[in-house]
Amino acid sequence: MAEPILRTQELTRRFGGLVAVSKVSLELRVGEVHAVIGPNGAGKSTLTNLLSGDLPPSSGSVQLEGRDIAGLKSDRISRLGVGRSYQKTNIFLPFTVFENCRLAAQSRAPRPWRVFGNALGFADINRQAEAAMEAAGLAHRRDRVAATLSHGEQRQLEIAMCLATQPRLLLLDEPLAGMGPHESHRMVELIRKLSEGHAIMLIEHDMDAVFAVAHRLTVMVNGEVIESGTPEAVRNSPAVQLAYLGGEDNLHG
Amino acid sequence: MAPARTRQFALLACALLLAAFPLVGGTFYVQLVVKVMILAIFAMSLDLLIGFTGLVSFGHAAYFGLAGYALALLGPKYEAASLWWSLPAAMAVCALFAFLTGLLVLRTRGIFFIMVTLAFAQMLFFVFHDTKLGGGSDGIYIYNKPELKLGDFALANLDKTEHFYWLVLVLMVAVYLLLARVLGSTFGRALVGIKVNEHRMQALGFPVFRYKLASYVLAGALGGLSGYLAAVQFGFVNPEILSWHQSGAVMMMVILGGMGTLYGPVLGAFAFVLLQEAFSNQAWFGAWAKHWQLAMGLFIILVAMYLPQGLAGLLQKFGRKDEAAQAEEEHG
Ligand SMILES: Nc1ncnc2c1ncn2[C@@H]1O[C@H](COP(=O)(O)OP(=O)(O)O)[C@@H](O)[C@H]1O
Ligand SMILES: [Mg+2]
Repeated sequence: MAEPILRTQELTRRFGGLVAVSKVSLELRVGEVHAVIGPNGAGKSTLTNLLSGDLPPSSGSVQLEGRDIAGLKSDRISRLGVGRSYQKTNIFLPFTVFENCRLAAQSRAPRPWRVFGNALGFADINRQAEAAMEAAGLAHRRDRVAATLSHGEQRQLEIAMCLATQPRLLLLDEPLAGMGPHESHRMVELIRKLSEGHAIMLIEHDMDAVFAVAHRLTVMVNGEVIESGTPEAVRNSPAVQLAYLGGEDNLHG
Repeated sequence: MAPARTRQFALLACALLLAAFPLVGGTFYVQLVVKVMILAIFAMSLDLLIGFTGLVSFGHAAYFGLAGYALALLGPKYEAASLWWSLPAAMAVCALFAFLTGLLVLRTRGIFFIMVTLAFAQMLFFVFHDTKLGGGSDGIYIYNKPELKLGDFALANLDKTEHFYWLVLVLMVAVYLLLARVLGSTFGRALVGIKVNEHRMQALGFPVFRYKLASYVLAGALGGLSGYLAAVQFGFVNPEILSWHQSGAVMMMVILGGMGTLYGPVLGAFAFVLLQEAFSNQAWFGAWAKHWQLAMGLFIILVAMYLPQGLAGLLQKFGRKDEAAQAEEEHG
């Protein structure tokens, strides 16, 4: 099996007395979609925040290609090739769809300090932004102001911005939430396609989507990992059915 | 005509009108417009922070005053300083002050940022007010206007009101064009991104702190440019130019004119000075003229309530109506 691009060990985050993420150890590999599931409040978003640098961990380690990145700021981690999307849409509402993506692509520009020269004059940045919009299915909304998009389209923009930074590792926090069936389907196909060249951590409530794309599944409850393995193994795990799913039916339907 | 073209045309027309004004206007009014244009530079520099970076600084008078004191203290006492070195020196002092204080204040946010920027400006105020360094509360006279020479040839004689007027106009236009250029660059786009959603900018990989610091230093240096010119115009500096009233006044100009545009603060500076002249006119307001700040305060509140985009927003509204009317004509 390929070396993991990211590996956490005993990763823990406390909020006062609450342990939101407790001793989580997991590995993410290029070519693999690693789904993390669990009920609301299980600590999935907090785990994402720890990996992306939005929050520093209380203890434990995060290794990105052998390098310890725990506690680094989010901009450093982003520039190391980690992209993330947010569960709660986090975009530039007054900007057009294109400008949202262009700004994301600009973060990779070799010379971010160019103080003169028109921002729109960088062909490689523009191309990257257009490609991200195309991939996320937003090309037809290019010049719309983000605030005027439907909720589902804003979710697509969230993904497009993440892609425009050309990450090798994608952390997707409930990307399908709020999307219509058509966009959902499209997004699942996109995730499947992306998984070929990327490592993906997918947090998702939609079990059909999860079982359609995941190569590996981790189940969290109350901050702890209660099961991790292939979808087949997790589906049949009695611990998962007892603690989280409360019955076989949920996992199969 | 495309809106961008219309705006360029309108700006050019305004600049030409301003350039011609000393040929017809009386000295009092020419000096008044000089004061306005200096304040316009000051307001544009603050708008870079408030309107384009999302940094609400309540201590911008620090740069206005510091540059004036830099000219008074660094220049020779009984001779004219050369503008070629004294202006860059004054701006460099301001840039350095912005850099050093920026390292601290930019770590705070929201109301704390407002308070800490105010605190640094007040510290400077007391340094100049309570120590002998800058002549205490009396301030310092600048006996000679700086020279503007190329070799032995005097490019302008700043003792002449019109010459100084044209220098200030050129610098105001230069600052406008410089900021327009900067804001249209990738750097400027990043600043506005930070204003709109700082968290996401950081998550996208932008070193947000450094961008904010660069903006803060640039705004400080340009604020210093305006303070230098004001010190030249009035021929003396005293701690009042560093006071929080001054920081408040420039903030009002930005709000009045409309933040987030470059011509807004210029309009704001004009409106502010004209209103100040009007409200303090005894013939019009009698005993109330002494309390012009009260009327100004009320006026600003009304603008903030009914014109959140300021005068610039009003212009844009008319502009859009014109466009709509034109479109209708063309189609109908
Ligand atoms: N910034 C925070 N401060 C305090 N508690 C938090 C914070 N973020 C999350 N939590 C708590 O941590 C727990 C896990 O939350 P979260 O990671 O959002 O779960 P999930 O994404 O799995 O629904 C919840 O109990 C939540 O209330
Ligand atoms: Mg969540």
